[in-house]
Amino acid sequence: MSWTNDEMAQEVLKLIKPSSSVNLGIGLPTLIANFITDEMNLMIHSENGVLGVGPSPLLHEASPTLINAGKETITVKAGASFFDSSLSFGMIRGGHIDYSVLGGMQVDCEGSLANWMIPGKKITGMGGAMDLVHGSKTVIVMMSHFSKDGSPKILPICDLPLTGHGVVHLVVTDHGVFEFTKDHYKIIKLAPNITESMVISNAIRA
Amino acid sequence: MKIYTDAAHALADLKSGMSLMSGGFGLCGIPENSIDAITEMDIKDLTVISNNIGNSGRGLVKILVQDKIKKAICSYVGGNPDLEKRLLNKEIEIELVPQGTFSERIRAAGLGIRAFYTPTGYATEVAHGKEVKTFDRPCLLETALHADFAIIKAQKADTYGNLWFKETARNFSPLMAMAAKISVVEVEEIVPLGAIKPEDIHLPGLFVKRLYQGRNYKNDIEFLKTRGITP
Repeated sequence: MSWTNDEMAQEVLKLIKPSSSVNLGIGLPTLIANFITDEMNLMIHSENGVLGVGPSPLLHEASPTLINAGKETITVKAGASFFDSSLSFGMIRGGHIDYSVLGGMQVDCEGSLANWMIPGKKITGMGGAMDLVHGSKTVIVMMSHFSKDGSPKILPICDLPLTGHGVVHLVVTDHGVFEFTKDHYKIIKLAPNITESMVISNAIRA
Repeated sequence: MKIYTDAAHALADLKSGMSLMSGGFGLCGIPENSIDAITEMDIKDLTVISNNIGNSGRGLVKILVQDKIKKAICSYVGGNPDLEKRLLNKEIEIELVPQGTFSERIRAAGLGIRAFYTPTGYATEVAHGKEVKTFDRPCLLETALHADFAIIKAQKADTYGNLWFKETARNFSPLMAMAAKISVVEVEEIVPLGAIKPEDIHLPGLFVKRLYQGRNYKNDIEFLKTRGITP
C-alpha cells in the first residue's frame, strides 16, 4: 500500500536532523509544516524573506504582510527574522540552508530535476527552485511516484526542461525513499506492500 | 527626494516603451496606488520587471489585461492564469529568471556591480547564450538589471525618504528602489524625521526619488490559511 501525502511528509521529516534550517517548497512540501514539533528545533526558511516560520495563524492573527512563498498566511516563532529577497537567496546560494524540499514533475538517474514547465502546455516558472537546488546542502524532492496518467516520474533521463542537472540527493514518493548518486539511485525504504519491481518500472536501477 | 500629492503626479513622466520595476511577492507589499494610476494612463509597450506580474487577477494583472505590457521579466507564472495564457499564445515576450538571480541582478544594478557568476541555471534553458566559467563548479555570467522607474510600497517613510517595511512585505522592494533611475515610493504613513530610529531603517532615503502618501489600501490576502476553526 502506498503512503498518503501526510505519511510522505512524515517520511521526509525523518530524513531531517534536529536543529537544522529547512526550506519548504510550494505544493506537497507545505504539508511537512503540519508535523514539525518544537522538539525538532527546526528553523523554517521561506524564500520571500523569512527565517523562523511558525504554524498557520488563528483567524484574528492573520496578517496580509506575513506570508510564505506559497502566499499563504503564516506566523513566526521566537528568534525569527525578516530580510529582503537578495539576502534570502544569498542564504540559499551561499550554502547556509541545510535542507531544501521541493515538489517535482520528473527526476532522473543523474539526479536531475524538472519541475517548472511543460512545453506548450503549462508554464509555472522556476521561481526560486533553480537557486534552491544549487545551494542547499541536501536537496529532497517530494512527489508522487507516478503521474496522473500512470507514467513514471523517476526516469533514465528527464524529458521536460531541467530545473537543475545532478542536484537531487533524496526523493520521497508515495512508494518509497530513494537516494541519488552520480549516475544511479538506490532504494532506501519502500512503503508497505510496495515491491522493487513496482518502483523501478522502466527506469534504470543500479 | 520630493514628496508628491499622489500617484498620478509622481508617475506623470512614465512613458510608453519604458522599463518599470514593481515590488511585491504575490500580492504582499505591492504598490497598489501606483498600479491603479498606471491603469488610468495612456501608455503601452512597457517592459515590466516583477516577480509575479500580479496574481489571481489582481496587482499588475490590471495593466497586463489592458495590454500595456510588451515584455515581462519575472520568475514565477503559477497562480497568474492571465499571464500564462498570454505566454502560451505568444502575445507578450517573457524573460523567465530564477528568483535568486532575479533579485541579485536587481541588487547588482543598484550597487554598481556590472555582472556576476552564479551556478543557478547551469545546464538548463536559462543558460542559453550565456558565458559559462568553471570555479568549484560551472557558473553562468549574469548581468545587472536596471529600470527607468521602480514603483514600490513601504509601510512607513520619514520626510527624508528613509523606509521601514512590515514583516515579509520587504521582498524585492528595497533592491528595486536602488536599481531604477526613478524610484516612486508609496507609504501608508509619512512620519517626522527621527520617528524611525536610524538602526531600524531598512532602506536609506538616499535611494528614494519620489514619495507620496497612499490611500485606500486593500492589502489583500491571497491565501488565508489558519489553524483551529477555519472561516
